[in-house]
Amino acid sequence: MVSGLINENPTVYERKERRVRTDSTNSDEFSVEPIDQLEIFDILFFDFAFINIHHIRDIRDPEHPYSLEQLKVLTEDSVEVDDLKSYVRVTFTPTVEHCSMATIIGLSIRVKLMRSLPPRYKIDIRVAPGSHATEAALNKQLNDKERVAAALENPNLVEMVDECLSPSFE
Amino acid sequence: MAALNNLTEHLEAFVDVTRSPTHHAESLKAIATSLEKGVLSINQLVVEMDMYLTTTDDVVRARGSILLLAEMLDYLKSKPLDNAVVHSLIGFFTAKLAEWRSVRGALSGCLALIKRKGVAGVVTAVDAEAVAKSMAQSIQVQSLALYDRKLCFELLECLLEQYPEAMINLGDLMVYATCEAIDGEKDPPCLMIAFHVVELLARLFPSPSGPVASEASDLFEFISCYFPLHYTHTKGDEASIPREDLSRGLSLAISSTPFFEPYAIPLLLEKLSASLPVAKVDSLKCLKDCAVNYGVSRMKKHYKDLWPALKDALYASTKTDLSFGLESLTSPGFEMGEIHREAVNLLQRLVKQDISFLGLVVEDIRVNMVFDTISRYLRYEEMLDTSKLEVLVVSQILSVSARSSVESCNIIFETFFSRLMNTLGIVEKTSPGDLVHNENSTVSTRLYHGGLHLCIELLTASKDLIPSSEECTSTPESAQQSWCSIVNRFSASLIEAFTSAVQSSNDDCSADAYLGVKGLLAMGMFRGGSSPVSRSEFEKILTTLTSIIAANSAKTVKWELALKALVCMGSFIDRYSESEKAMSYMAIVVENLVSLVRSSHCSLPHPMILEATSEVCSTMPTYVEKMVEGFEEAFCSSFSDFCVSLGPMTLDRKVFTIVSVSISNKQGIESFLISNYYLENTCQVNGNFKSIENCSQLLECVTNKLLPRLTEIDGLEKSLVNFAISMWNQIESSIVFSYDFNGREFVEAAMKTMGEIVGVASVDSQNSIIQKAYNVISSSTLPAMESIPLTVAALEGLQRNLSTRDELILSLFASVIIGASPKASIPDVKSLVDLFLVSFLKGYIRAAQALGSMINKLVTGSGGTNISTDCSLEEACDIIFHESDSSKTICGSETFLGKICLGFCGSLDLQTRAITGLAWIGKGLLMRGDKRVNEIALVLMECLKSTNSSGNALHPSAMKHAADAFLTLMSDSEVCLNRKFHAVIRPLYKQRFFSITVPILESLIVNSQTPLSRTMLHVALAHVVSNVPVTVILDNTKKLLSVILEGLSVLSVDSVHKETLFSLLLVLSGTLTDIKGQQSVSDNAHRIIECLVKLTSYPHLMVVRETAIQCLATLLELPHGRIYPFRREVLQAVTKALDDPKRRVREEAIKCRQAWTSISSRSTPF
Repeated sequence: MVSGLINENPTVYERKERRVRTDSTNSDEFSVEPIDQLEIFDILFFDFAFINIHHIRDIRDPEHPYSLEQLKVLTEDSVEVDDLKSYVRVTFTPTVEHCSMATIIGLSIRVKLMRSLPPRYKIDIRVAPGSHATEAALNKQLNDKERVAAALENPNLVEMVDECLSPSFE
Repeated sequence: MAALNNLTEHLEAFVDVTRSPTHHAESLKAIATSLEKGVLSINQLVVEMDMYLTTTDDVVRARGSILLLAEMLDYLKSKPLDNAVVHSLIGFFTAKLAEWRSVRGALSGCLALIKRKGVAGVVTAVDAEAVAKSMAQSIQVQSLALYDRKLCFELLECLLEQYPEAMINLGDLMVYATCEAIDGEKDPPCLMIAFHVVELLARLFPSPSGPVASEASDLFEFISCYFPLHYTHTKGDEASIPREDLSRGLSLAISSTPFFEPYAIPLLLEKLSASLPVAKVDSLKCLKDCAVNYGVSRMKKHYKDLWPALKDALYASTKTDLSFGLESLTSPGFEMGEIHREAVNLLQRLVKQDISFLGLVVEDIRVNMVFDTISRYLRYEEMLDTSKLEVLVVSQILSVSARSSVESCNIIFETFFSRLMNTLGIVEKTSPGDLVHNENSTVSTRLYHGGLHLCIELLTASKDLIPSSEECTSTPESAQQSWCSIVNRFSASLIEAFTSAVQSSNDDCSADAYLGVKGLLAMGMFRGGSSPVSRSEFEKILTTLTSIIAANSAKTVKWELALKALVCMGSFIDRYSESEKAMSYMAIVVENLVSLVRSSHCSLPHPMILEATSEVCSTMPTYVEKMVEGFEEAFCSSFSDFCVSLGPMTLDRKVFTIVSVSISNKQGIESFLISNYYLENTCQVNGNFKSIENCSQLLECVTNKLLPRLTEIDGLEKSLVNFAISMWNQIESSIVFSYDFNGREFVEAAMKTMGEIVGVASVDSQNSIIQKAYNVISSSTLPAMESIPLTVAALEGLQRNLSTRDELILSLFASVIIGASPKASIPDVKSLVDLFLVSFLKGYIRAAQALGSMINKLVTGSGGTNISTDCSLEEACDIIFHESDSSKTICGSETFLGKICLGFCGSLDLQTRAITGLAWIGKGLLMRGDKRVNEIALVLMECLKSTNSSGNALHPSAMKHAADAFLTLMSDSEVCLNRKFHAVIRPLYKQRFFSITVPILESLIVNSQTPLSRTMLHVALAHVVSNVPVTVILDNTKKLLSVILEGLSVLSVDSVHKETLFSLLLVLSGTLTDIKGQQSVSDNAHRIIECLVKLTSYPHLMVVRETAIQCLATLLELPHGRIYPFRREVLQAVTKALDDPKRRVREEAIKCRQAWTSISSRSTPF
């Protein structure tokens, strides 16, 4: 595989202060809390920080020990969700244009969401426009059911995805 | 001789390196004990060891002999030894120090001998000197292993501590040896001792011509290379020394001798300018130590460099966000980092030590510039960040300097205070008492926030300098307190300025109010007679703050600030016992607020007045007394507002006569009730809404604010008892109440307060309250109820409810009984039992609770120790269970009450009331461990069957009440029968009830005929099971598991039982993780999973779904083979839960799903 890092010296951003959910609706037993942007973002990043603040699980960039949030590969605003239409779209921004890890990142996001969202959801993973050299190909690859399924048949790839999704302890 | 034989054995064992350490320790111990007992002497031992000590085998010689001897000596620390023996031993060890193979033994031998103290035979100074010399000459410390190095340092430390004269003789040699030993040391425990050795050396050679002075630069070089300390291996070694301790040791070493000064201060200043926070903190701490130890003259040389460095540290460590919140009223108002704190400490130390340092501060340009900055901005938030920083830091510098000593305070005030006052436009008063009143003196006051902040900081700093009253008399207070006179000159105008700041503030800007109140607080906190604030001025402050509280109609920031300031001042007065100020405080604050409570007609909402009053008054016992008096009056006046009192109120005579007649001839309660009803409706009642609301709020305040602080405030109990009695007086003197829907709230509040007051009162006070209450109740119409015969017809015939007054009296009396302790004497128990019995059958649950409490606390007849009660438990039970035909006292289904419960006679209402009442009585009996509860339980269980013994079907509602009765029996009640209310509680009563009822309930469930009865039985069982301690469940998991699972599925049918279902589910989840339950859980895995899967979609309660999913995740701890077959089933259910309407359930589902997926093969990643 690739020898040496593709982006040796990435810019690391500080973590944004987390938006705290105000649980005002919690009192009503039968009110519905739809799946929203923050929840998806939490699924992708935080293993529910209020349960155990020290075991924050992030999806990690395969190249660096930083989390995708620190590298601004993903932000809260890059998640679009429509609970009624059962649709979610995640747009991520690879750190460099020719990042070969973009597929793995995309695949990891897809797997994480597939594991965590109800089956009714359609998941759409995209690379931010203009952020990658082979943007169109990448988008096509990430949203092709057959190819995703095929990729996940490959034990090496699955291992890599699991590695990305494994908890990182801070 | 046997001892000697054994000795050889032990010696062999110890010398043999192939044996385990425990073996070694054992043989060592054996020899040590025989030495201790005197069976063996040291001489004998040495003779016996001859071979080992002189053998040519290095290992045996080093280990066996020398180390053995050394460790032996360590054991014998307190055994007296002959001086000759000690001498020869130390000589031996000293010689052995030169031999590297046996160095460990030699070192520990020397150490053990040197450590010997007092009578036990000690090493002479000459010998010690020899040890030191030998050590210095022949040991290369850094070439040794870690443990040996530590021994070396310990030996050095010990020598220096115990033989200072001998070490002084050695002079240079010791210093050289120490330098050499430390050079290159990296282990924290060794360094810790090494630093202490340096300290000891410095203490030993204080003369400027001594060896430390001449070797200072070398010695310093060796220790300074560790500064600032940094651990490379942070984790793992827990036994090691924490960084803070080591850093403290280093700091002490560096500051140990003034000879280090030329090297140390420049180094520390350099490190202070570094960007590493740890370095900054450490150098500040170390500089402070140095300042203490090096002395003023040496430090003086460095002031020029020290001041800017210190200033920079302060600037760099201050944040600009000043808080104007409530919590910062008594604190600096901004965050203090560690660097900041240390910098402040250092500054204070320097100023305190040498007043000339202050010269640098006073002349500093930046400090002087601050007045320009202040006058440039009116409001704090308008300032640029740099200006904010400027103001905050300079205020901090000046206040810290002022706080250091009276002298520095004088200088600061003389230099800056008038300037500050000029900037703010505050004028001084010319002659004591009157103020310069040029027309626009107030207009010219400019309330710059920055200036106010600085001013407050200075005032707060100076207030600590006022000597307490006893010091004051001893020291001449003339010249030294010039700052005091300065403040005094400005005090009147300052107070005015602060007052205007508070008054000019509006809601959207809290800064004005904050600064104003904080300023007033600072002015009001000067202690003692020499305070710069006169009494009239102090009173003015109090008046201002009180008027803020009285004037506001809503809870604003200003209001809260003023209240907190008053509370602070109140507790300040109490702490320093300032009697004069206490009087002012009483007259102005307390009386005003209490009169507000009393008046009940002011703009301020009643709860706010109550809050303010209770907060302010709890600062001192005398205020509390005053307040409770005020509360009493307020209660009486609002109470009489909504009821007609017997006193001078206008009351229709005729009506009154009817009442008296009906009471006197006791013709029947019926006619009385009618007349009472008539009275209520005809009387012109001037009651209003507001007063009844006020009354309940007042009572709530007493319960929530005062009662919890009973232990903190002395004398509160007495006042509260008086309060309770006057409540009764008030009720006694009023005959009619008119209240409708607000009344309930009032009665609830009154019951709660009365119960709690009785609960906390002493037995004597309880007795007096009970007596009073009894008098009231016996003068009311309630006794008429006692005479009602306990027959169904009579009870059913009692159509009308009690009048509101009687209801109030009954409820309050019940509360008194509930709160009374078992030792309190209750008059006329028998008729009271009757009264409560009738009234709970009329539907007053409080009466049932009181009856339960009474039954719980009555003494048993057999003992007869307590003469004060006229009725024993047995007699009371007789009355309650009212055995009509036979004379033996049982309380089962044959009794009158039991018959009503089972529906043999009486209406449904009567039946359910009887069941509920029976539950409370049962609870009282259960808690004291009385056997009669078993029969009650049987009656209740009988009620759960679908038909009673005569074949009549039981009403569902009655069954439901019976099932809930088990909750009453088992759960801890908040309102009665708990520790607070002195219940008699026998240990393990729940366990006992559990073991009695559960088997019966189980068999009833098996034999139940209708679904309803089955459900109700399960509800009852769930109540019992979920209220018993977990350990009991765990002991019985095997038996209970299947019935719990069945219960879960039965209860999940109807949403009515959702709470019960949840508590039962919690019981199940408790059994899943415990080892005791593991086996049976594993055996029943299929049923458990089936049940939990069903509950993951339970629609009525979110927590049930959440807990069910959590339980599923926990089940993964079971053996893999046991759970793997259910993988598909669980995953299906959990996947469905991913789409749950509630977020928390979804979150659990994601985790659970992840966990269950991971046990399956890798080929299905999602």
